Formats: sequence, C-alpha cells, structure tokens
Amino acid sequence: MKALVAMSGGVDSSVAAALMLEAGHEVIGVTLKQWVAPDGSLPTAGCCTVADAEDARKVAARLGIPHYVLDHSAEFTAEVVDRFVAGYAAGLTPNPCIECNRRVRFGALLGRVEPLGCDVLVTGHYARIAMRHGRRALLQAADPTKDQSYVLHMLSAADLARVRFPVGELTKAEVRDHAARLGLGTAAKPDSQDLCFVAGDYRAFLRSRLPEIRRPGAVVDASGAVVGHHDGIAGFTVGQRRGLGMAAGEPRYVVAVDSATATVRVGSRSDLAVAACTVAGVRFVNEAAAAGEPVAVKVRYRSRPVPARLFPVADAWRVVFDAAQEAVAPGQAAVFYRDDEVLGGGTITATEAP
Amino acid sequence: MPLGILVPVLYLDHAATTPLRPEAAAAMAPFLGGEFGNPSGMHAVARRAKNAIEDARDRVAGVLGARALDVVFTGAGTESDNLAVAGVALAEGRRGGVVTTATEHEAVLATARHLERLGCPLTVVPVDGHGVVDPARVAAAVDAGTAVVSVMAANNETGAVQPVAAIAAALAGRGVPVHSDAVQAAVSRPCSLDDLGVDLLTLSAHKLGGPQGVGILAMRPGITLAPVIHGGGQELGRRSGTHNVAGIVGAAAALEAAVTDRKRLIDDVGAARHRFEVDLTRAVPDVVFTIAGADRLVQHSHWRIPGIDAETLLVRLDGIGLAASAGSACHSGAIAASHVLAAMGLAPADAAGCVRFTFGWDTRPEDGTTAAGLVAAAVGGLR
Repeated sequence: MKALVAMSGGVDSSVAAALMLEAGHEVIGVTLKQWVAPDGSLPTAGCCTVADAEDARKVAARLGIPHYVLDHSAEFTAEVVDRFVAGYAAGLTPNPCIECNRRVRFGALLGRVEPLGCDVLVTGHYARIAMRHGRRALLQAADPTKDQSYVLHMLSAADLARVRFPVGELTKAEVRDHAARLGLGTAAKPDSQDLCFVAGDYRAFLRSRLPEIRRPGAVVDASGAVVGHHDGIAGFTVGQRRGLGMAAGEPRYVVAVDSATATVRVGSRSDLAVAACTVAGVRFVNEAAAAGEPVAVKVRYRSRPVPARLFPVADAWRVVFDAAQEAVAPGQAAVFYRDDEVLGGGTITATEAP
Repeated sequence: MPLGILVPVLYLDHAATTPLRPEAAAAMAPFLGGEFGNPSGMHAVARRAKNAIEDARDRVAGVLGARALDVVFTGAGTESDNLAVAGVALAEGRRGGVVTTATEHEAVLATARHLERLGCPLTVVPVDGHGVVDPARVAAAVDAGTAVVSVMAANNETGAVQPVAAIAAALAGRGVPVHSDAVQAAVSRPCSLDDLGVDLLTLSAHKLGGPQGVGILAMRPGITLAPVIHGGGQELGRRSGTHNVAGIVGAAAALEAAVTDRKRLIDDVGAARHRFEVDLTRAVPDVVFTIAGADRLVQHSHWRIPGIDAETLLVRLDGIGLAASAGSACHSGAIAASHVLAAMGLAPADAAGCVRFTFGWDTRPEDGTTAAGLVAAAVGGLR
C-alpha cells in the first residue's frame, strides 16, 4: 500500500508516518501550505507554521521518504478563514479546525490521494477506524484524554476506507516513546494550541479581516435592560464570563449574541441552561439515527458526551438533552456517540431554554 | 541520513541549477584544499589567492567584453541584480527612476519596489502574451528622471527571449544605462556587453556549470555604483566581504567552458527538446506549449496539460525519477503563483498547470524521448 501522510511537523503525524513505514508501506509525506497572511508572511504560531514545515521536512529526511509542501492556501482562506470570520460576524462560535478537516484535509487533500499515486491518506489524529456490525466505524481513540473523534465526525464510511489513523490506537505517552525510539526531533514538542492562522489575539485578527464587525452595540440583561456597551460582537461566545466589562457582583455570562442588532445578552449562570438544540448539516458515518434514539452528544471539543435523544426535523436534527446543559454555543459542532462509536454530527444552529 | 528515493534521476531542472562542470571542479580543487588565502592580505598565501581571483576576473572580462576593473564578483545572480539596479539608481546620493518589465526575476522587481519606497520612481512595462516587451514602450517609459533600465535577456520560467539589443538601440544617446539579467540566456546565447548592447550585465556561475554562491556583474566603463553591501571595501568598494576564492575561480572556468561548449550544447539540448516536444505531443495530443512560436531559449520547454495541475504531475514525476519544476517556487518548495504567467495574461487555473523542463550541458539527445515517456506514464495514471 502507498500512503500519503499529512505531516504537520508535530509528534503525532511524525509517528504516524514512521508507523506506516514500519508496517511495510510506501510513504510520501506532505505538508500543507495553508495560510499566507495578507502581508505575505507565513504563520509563526499555531500548528502549521514555517518552523513546523521545516520539522516535517527533517522528519521525512530522517525516515528517508519524499516530502512535499502542497499549496492549499486558496482553499484554506476561502473555506476555513473566511468562514471563521463570517461565523463570528454572524454571532456564532465557529470551530475552524473542524472546517479545515471537512474542507481541506479530508476534502481537498483526500481528493488528491489517488492523483498523487497513493491508496490511503494518513494523519496523526487520535481516533480509531474498525469494523463494527459489518460496517466501517469511526471510534474514539484508545487514549480518552487525547480523543479527537469529535473533529472527525464529518467522515463517511467511504472516506474511512481511504483513511488511516495509526496513532489512534496508542496513548500520547506511547507516541512520544515511539518518537524517541525513532530519534525523531519532534518527540518532546508540545501539542499545538493556538489557531494556526492567527498570531496572538484572535479578536484583533477578526477586526482586521472584517472591519465592519466593529459595530458597537448594547449589552442587555434578561429583561432587555441595557447594562453596558461593547465595541463589536466579534469574539463574544455563549458561556463567556470574562471580558464583559461589567462591575463586580453576581457573575454574569454571555447567554446569546444577536448579530442583526449587535446585541450581547448576559445573564446568570442559570440562564445558560439549554434543554435542546437544533443541529444542521448533519452527516452520519453510516446509517442515520432512528427517531428518539438515545445517544451521547458532545457539544464542544473539551466536554464529555452527555445523554440525549435525537429527533429528525426539517433539514436538521433536534437534540433533546436528558438533563439541561450549559454553554451550548451556536456554530460549534454537536457530535453523536453510541458508546465509543461516532454516529455522526453537525453544526448547532439554535438552542432552547428549559 | 537517507537521501530520499533511490531511483535513477533524469534531471530536467537545469534552470534551477546545473551540475558542476569538470573544468570548474578542477579549477576549484586547489582552493578547497591547500590554497586557503584571503586575497586582501599582503603575504605570499594571500598573494596566491589574489592572483587567482584577478586571473579569474581577467578571463570573465575577456568573455564579456568588459575591462577587468568593471567586473564585480558578488554572492549570487540576485545580488548582482540588486547591485546593478539599486547601485545605479542610488549612485551619488540620488533617487533615480527605474524602468523595468513585468516578467523580470524577483531579484530585479523586488529591488525596484524597494527603491520605489525609498523615493525612486518605478515604471513596470507590460509584456505581450509571449512575455515579450515592446522596445518602443520601454523607450517611451524612459524620462529625464530615469536612472536605469533593466530588461532580462531571457525569462527564467518560460525561456522567452527579450529584444534587449533593440531596447538598447532605441535608447542610444539617451544617457540612461541599460542593465540585463542574462542568467538563463548565457547558457545558450552569446551574452557579452556588446552582444546584448547593454551597459550592465548579470550572470550567475551555477547556471553555467560553476558553483552556487557566485554572481557576476560586468559593466561598461564609467558606471558608478552605490554599494549594497558595506564593509571592508573589497571589489573597489562596490561589494565588501571576503572573496569566495574557490567559487570565483570556478565561475571563470565554468563561463569559459560554457562558451567553448555552447555549439555542442545547443545541438544536443535542441535535439533533446525537439524529441521531447514531438514525442509528448504524440502521446498527449492536448499538451499546450506556453510560448510556441516565440523566440525562446533552446533549453526551455514550458507546457501544461489541461486538467492536470503542476503540483500533482511534479510529485508523480519525482516518484518515477524525473526532476523538474513549475518555474516559480517559494522557499518551502511549494509552487508559488507565477507573476510571469500572470503578466502574460494566463488564467490562474492555466498557470497552475504549467511545468518547466529545462535541459542542460549534461543532457543527451535521447533524454528527450525518455522524458516524454515518463510524462506520458505519469499522465496516464491521472486519466
């Protein structure tokens, strides 16, 4: 088998490439040139920087595999960055990493596997692919603390047939041990945290990309009374507590963001409670869920799946939580699980108070 | 450390760099061994190094039709371009204007844009669909404030030959020096100051079979340059920095060898390119040669196959042992959007398909057939 390995320069994709090679496969490494700032500079922070491309090249040289830098900056700008900015402008809390997986890595790049003469696309994601009930299933990683199945929910069973996640069977510690054993310079590299296309403050980035979102507006309470002002809705996220510019007292949280009126609504912690949400653009890995099916739903990257039931509605799915949830933010992905299996997921478009 | 794939390589990226000619390697060998002197010293060790670079300068001057004291050794063709354009525009404290063309190498264009920010007026003359500039338009762009005109002898991506001699003739008597980057053209065309009719001339050693890291700037008498690199005053103050003695010696040997070998190179490379283009057209009839019919360098073949992007094709060719390029690359190795093809009016989608094969001094006539076969194989896997 010939594998196209997406190498970010990090330890996970480096080990993924090495494991494919050790398993006897032919391997080509590629690093995606994703983002070029308007001034022409390349990112220096985040997960896909100039230094990371250099790290990927060094790892590929050490492994003795060809390595190429492929230019996907046009797709990345249009499909990830512009959507991210538009999402915030619409008062949403977008997840650009999911759009990058959907549009770039498992969109454009997956489409290049065959033209580039390869059979499968390999990434360093922590997730597993296995046969369950006679069909190919996407499963949580063996290491629950590193599981990334949430950001991979858009993959179909057909996609999974052409994708491999070699490190998904390992713990992060085991991955670092492999990297050290292989003498890979990335063994001790810290995990990436920042958005790869933003150096520093993402609110400043939003304002620079879309000056019109700098529209000042009101901060209102549950009764609609104006309790403060803001200089633009960009960066206000449901559940946010800090940065509201409000006097001390009872803790206040962002409860809703209305882009049409540039209004940020705040309330107490109990006002964050959500009984149900609408999820659009749902894609199931295999068969669609049954109406009323009990599942576990994860509504943001760093949260645990919680029990809920799924109901199909027009062009979308309604998720009814068994117990009210906090900080369910429109724009984020909701991913449906049955035990450790990803059934599918989509984007939260609306929430309902209890 | 393993050095990548172990398949025989057909190297068709000679415009990026070309193998060291044996004449250059032999000339350099003593200076990579026992002869280590710094030419700026006063003792016997230094003197031998000084004699070596001055002998090299004499030989380069002879080939290019310049006086030895009007030949400057730099660190790259890019540096020679910088020194020619900025050196003339900024000479004697002035902020002189620059006239150049839209398809110049970035070494000239980026320098000209930098100078513009410093107050030197810039005019970029457009080109036609073959990337060729009209001499009359260049002449019309020159005014009393113009300090220097820079037009490349042939384009590094497409191989399109510019009418440099006609431009120089059109500007005769205007008192404005004309510079030409002949880095690619000198591989296969006579490129002395008189051949091109210009006042300043850039060459790069490694495109001619010399070592990487040596540029040449040859000038007519009387040209005054403001230095770009300041320091110890080497090269008559025009380019400070300790000389790259081995490189300079290798550059002179390579230039002489290239001139001696030019007729043979044109025959072999011409035969290889002809066979390549005929065979490729037979195998892939919809192939489009970018500047078919234009005056182009014999070593360049610039083409695309509709529906196939260059990135994909080049990765597949690399996998089967053919090394080539798209002609424009960023430092990471990713293919960069070509300002040359954009200036010629190619649509971005068409430009993204363009591949550059460049043949060189070690190309054999039969390599053209081999290359066409490898491209046909790579394309076959995509259709």
